[in-house]
Amino acid sequence: MAKSWEEINARIAAGEAVVMTAEEFGVLAADEGVSAAARTVDVVTTGTFGPMCSSGAFLNFGHSDPPIKMGAITLNDVPASGGLAAVDTYLGATEPSVTRGIEYGGAHVIEDLLRGRAVRLKATGPGTDCYPRTEIDTYVTLDDLNQAYLFNPRNCYQNYAVAVNSGDRALYTYLGTLLPRFANATYSSAGALSPLLNDPTYRTIGVGTRCFVAGAPGYVAWEGTQHNPNQERDENGVPVGPAGTLAFIADLKHASHEFFSAATFERYGVSAFVGIGIPIPVLDEDLAATLALTDADLSATVFDYGVQRRSRPALGRVTYAELRSGQIEIEGRPIPTGPISSLPVARRIAAELKRWIAEYRFTLTPPLQPLPQPGSQGVKPLEIRSEEAI
Amino acid sequence: MARRRLDLTFPPRQATKAITYHLVKDFDLVPNILRAQIQPAQEGRMLLELTGSAEQFEAGVAFLRAEGIGVREAASDICLDDERCVVCGLCTAVCRPGALTLAEGTAELVFDKDKCVYCEACVVACPRRAVTLRF
Ligand code: SF4
Ligand code: SF4
Repeated sequence: MAKSWEEINARIAAGEAVVMTAEEFGVLAADEGVSAAARTVDVVTTGTFGPMCSSGAFLNFGHSDPPIKMGAITLNDVPASGGLAAVDTYLGATEPSVTRGIEYGGAHVIEDLLRGRAVRLKATGPGTDCYPRTEIDTYVTLDDLNQAYLFNPRNCYQNYAVAVNSGDRALYTYLGTLLPRFANATYSSAGALSPLLNDPTYRTIGVGTRCFVAGAPGYVAWEGTQHNPNQERDENGVPVGPAGTLAFIADLKHASHEFFSAATFERYGVSAFVGIGIPIPVLDEDLAATLALTDADLSATVFDYGVQRRSRPALGRVTYAELRSGQIEIEGRPIPTGPISSLPVARRIAAELKRWIAEYRFTLTPPLQPLPQPGSQGVKPLEIRSEEAI
Repeated sequence: MARRRLDLTFPPRQATKAITYHLVKDFDLVPNILRAQIQPAQEGRMLLELTGSAEQFEAGVAFLRAEGIGVREAASDICLDDERCVVCGLCTAVCRPGALTLAEGTAELVFDKDKCVYCEACVVACPRRAVTLRF
């Protein structure tokens, strides 16, 4: 049994495609077997909604009269890049406000724009013959902007770490507050619904894949930064730690604050919960086998964040079913768990994508270019060198 | 009989053991220490639940104040702003008494007020600032 992209797209266009979320597909495969499920279902939808720091938006403000070549730019007191053309900027999600610190950052500005709120734009410029103005102070809304598009260099991590803390003080991290002496464990993955865990070797997800990005139809733009297909994999070929990543592009004007929510992690910084959903065509039984994997089949590695080095000691592996039960056991001791990635919203995204396919005939795009495959590249560290050592 | 929760601050080097003893012995109050952070050379904090009659309670509080202890009514309510909450579940990871949990299956957030000791750990941990304390 094999289906082609064209066959599946024809069924979507005709309104005849059978679409299920990855969770529903797992249940069907358990009941009727993987082959039967592969025959029945055309598309499986996935979803994830977790903090994704490497996110942000390109914005174009249009020209004022007289015009200005914006250098130092702030939006609601959050600095944005002045290193592009006169009225272009990139606003990074994690940038803290100069007045409110990490309580309000780039992600909050983007969320405010998505909520239709006016945002205060202040900028200064050098004053040139073609851009004589040297200062501007005004308000803009998302509607006012010529272009506003999300460009997120690293989202949608294919699996992640489970964090614990062996130390004797609480740690404030991007994985939340880690209580001392192994008093809790946090984790961040949508598990069975996670896009890249469903297609672990990137057969159907690549550059150009059309998908759900923060509520808007968007695309996989490139491999994400730190894309690491060489991460250790289990017997199903699924990574057991942080592995592949994706960069996304989407029109901010079509996105929704429901699927892009600013976050402040205590004593760590600003981030944004970003909703991503990717539809995966059920091309054959091999792919169906990984689509059918459930939380009980997928696992993550537990790392001790109490050791504050790049390489933290691994303390074992647990399944997502164990993590979701609220308690795991590490080296014989029970540890309560808490997630960071929202399962209810991930489910909503997978369901929403299913609706897009049924109602809007949202067809699938085969990768224009594949992502770097397992065996091809890892992640390089940053060495600290002196000038003499170069 | 009434049950009230107090947020106590102890000046450095204040003995704390005798306090509960006196509350029981002299004022017939039933103390229940919900949470305590007492280190000898530092200011200490204690979340104390007292059960007893209204008069005994007033007398007990007056006694505590006379001992140089800061007394204020403990936060009476933890409020969850559903509009801001994204149901990430992170607050459940820091809620040691298990007042905040995720429902099995749906993974929706469940708050069991009776288990809450008003430690405020969730207020600090929530990345959406969706949890607040109402006084
Ligand atoms: S941490 Fe905040 S946003 Fe997350 S579930 Fe708890 S209350 Fe909701
Ligand atoms: S205040 Fe403390 S006990 Fe109450 S819900 Fe928050 S973390 Fe749990």
